[in-house]
Amino acid sequence: MQSATQLLATAESIYKVTGPEDIAWFEERFPGDRVLAGSAISEDYSHDEMGTVSRAPDILVKPVSTEEIAAVMAYASSQRLPVVVRGSGTGLVGGCVAIKGGILLDTTLMNHILEVDHENLTVTVEPGVLLMDLAAHVEAQGLFYPPDPGEKSATIAGNISTNAGGMRAVKYGVTRDYVRALTVVLPSGEIVELGSKVVKNSSGYALKDLMIGSEGTLGIITRAVLRLLPLPPKRVSILVPFARMETALETVPKIIQSKVLPTAVEFMERQTILFAEEYLGKRFPDTSAPAYLLLTFDGASQEIIDQSYRTIADLCLACGAQDVLIVDTEERHQSVWNARGTFLEAIKASTTEMDECDVVVPRNRIAEFITFTHELAELLQMRIPSFGHAGDGNLHVYVCRDDLDEATWQAKLSQAFDAMYAKSVAFGGLVSGEHGIGYAKKGYMQNQYGPVQTRLMNDIKAVFDPLNILNPGKICQ
Amino acid sequence: MNILVCIKQVPSSTQVTVDEKTGVLNRNGVESKMNPYDLFAIEAALQLREQAGGTVTALSMGPPQAKSILEEALAMGADQACLLSDRRFAGADVVATSYTLSQGIRHLGVFDLIICGKQTTDGDTAQVGAEIAEFMDLPHAANVTSIGAIGPDHLLIDVNLEQIVQKQKILLPCLLTVEKDLNMPRLPSYRRMLARRDDQVQVLSLADFTDQDERHYGLAGSPTQVERIFPPVHEHEKHTTSGDADHVAGELLALLLRLKVTPAQTACEIR
Repeated sequence: MQSATQLLATAESIYKVTGPEDIAWFEERFPGDRVLAGSAISEDYSHDEMGTVSRAPDILVKPVSTEEIAAVMAYASSQRLPVVVRGSGTGLVGGCVAIKGGILLDTTLMNHILEVDHENLTVTVEPGVLLMDLAAHVEAQGLFYPPDPGEKSATIAGNISTNAGGMRAVKYGVTRDYVRALTVVLPSGEIVELGSKVVKNSSGYALKDLMIGSEGTLGIITRAVLRLLPLPPKRVSILVPFARMETALETVPKIIQSKVLPTAVEFMERQTILFAEEYLGKRFPDTSAPAYLLLTFDGASQEIIDQSYRTIADLCLACGAQDVLIVDTEERHQSVWNARGTFLEAIKASTTEMDECDVVVPRNRIAEFITFTHELAELLQMRIPSFGHAGDGNLHVYVCRDDLDEATWQAKLSQAFDAMYAKSVAFGGLVSGEHGIGYAKKGYMQNQYGPVQTRLMNDIKAVFDPLNILNPGKICQ
Repeated sequence: MNILVCIKQVPSSTQVTVDEKTGVLNRNGVESKMNPYDLFAIEAALQLREQAGGTVTALSMGPPQAKSILEEALAMGADQACLLSDRRFAGADVVATSYTLSQGIRHLGVFDLIICGKQTTDGDTAQVGAEIAEFMDLPHAANVTSIGAIGPDHLLIDVNLEQIVQKQKILLPCLLTVEKDLNMPRLPSYRRMLARRDDQVQVLSLADFTDQDERHYGLAGSPTQVERIFPPVHEHEKHTTSGDADHVAGELLALLLRLKVTPAQTACEIR
């Protein structure tokens, strides 16, 4: 029987307040090291990597199987307890924060790679497998999982939930392009198999694709079958220094137009590289120029790659590049790409607080957009460093607090964000390229999509989750 | 300051085979690259040239295809390069290699400084640098972790002696073998690649040397008798033990003793 306090929902809450009997239910079914409640839960579980959205869950549970998750959801449905799924907590928009309290499902113990199917070129994984472990596992067998987001310690289900993109999207596409099948626990506790190992599928509504990028609001991914490619045996990167960022970014549409297809086209500013040097305690091979493009080419033979990179190298020189530096060995790749992988953390370490804008714009508008952020930084008298995927139009722009007081910071931050999202809309861009909407960016997305699209999203949410218990208050709500 | 850097082409991976009869690495069909340790030597030389002026010359001994690493050195910024290539140099051990390189260096002229990498990833002996210095009668320092001030006739250097870092003043001309991570090697420049001239890589053979006695070179000039050569076998053993701290510590100690990691006497002291 529910107590009066439990029934007394808060003004915003339709949910039951977690009580001792709920904790008892979990403690009966999970061993002590896999269920924690109240103050026993580490503070880490109350936020993600960005840390701008914060609330501690009431119960933290670490399931090890689909069946356990199904049992939790059936119970949560019966009690109307809110449930949020969390992987490594490396998100940047508060997507895995239990903003209504309730239960937090940590999937990191479900971290087994179950099968590599060489005949169908697929790998089957549990949701908590880390991206870096997956990549290493398949590459050791001559296979390749192309999506390559910067955060290698993210879980694969986290990547699927945000439809993560990463560096190689220019040539290979994003996570969505590599998900063949998902096992999903619905908010009701029912288990469904969406998709299969098949290559083609014209069988009804694409529910699997609806699940991808839904940020844990429609169902809980408990197993994924991912598509693999043969590992390209050869790769060469080029680091291209420019005297001005505008010149660098104006070169990108010409690279796209050249019909040579790079695997990655990244842009970076000297200041960001210097932050990364300080963060890693390791030098970067070149910091002489204010702006850089970093491109990778991969393929079956050295001859083809050499021809590709030379075509682009000549083009870059013709467009005003200072030089083209060749990154052709494992040691050189590490010295450059390891630094690239730490840019976010390095900028974060350079300031007191920051927030991120992950807009994606058509590729021929990147130069204008970055110029706009420079003007905005000047106007608002604050630092707005950026880096990102020039080749696919996805920019990572960081508004830094530095020594601003709270009121000024909030005012300037919202001014900067409003201006950048408005500019993105004007350019035909979208709110998030790969980090998702979660809690932090939902206002901007709903504003851009308007009432009709937002209503459609809410209607879809209601079909999957009529009680609205799974990751409530996110994306379209 | 005129600087010479010794570099070597090595297999790109550890998946190499060995000729059982001669004990020599099979290099045919194996992809190769510049010995990674040599990149630090080239960078050190380029930085010294930036400070003190002069030239940087890259030198290597190897088959004709080793020319590619010399071209890479030029793309990094070396002014000229030289390949010592002759069938009669083949099969050289560290002594014959060092002697051949010293003959090449004498032919190329007089250098204020010779820099080598710490060791190579294939031979792994870390002896060639020191032996070149002996053949050329030069002062020499190994495991150099930093090159500081350049004096009129000397360099101030830090040498890693494991327990301590020794600061040395070494007279020029001299030979240094430098540690990994003494600097961050620059990347090869495409502009420099495009600007490369054919005459920038000189190829020398035995006929160019002062000492043309074939018995001093290659397999014939190598006192080392290779009995057997094989790629190292990496064995990983994983032991898991559980229980209370005393039990786990006891198990660990027994294991260390069995593997002879801890001498029995030390083990008694630990007990």
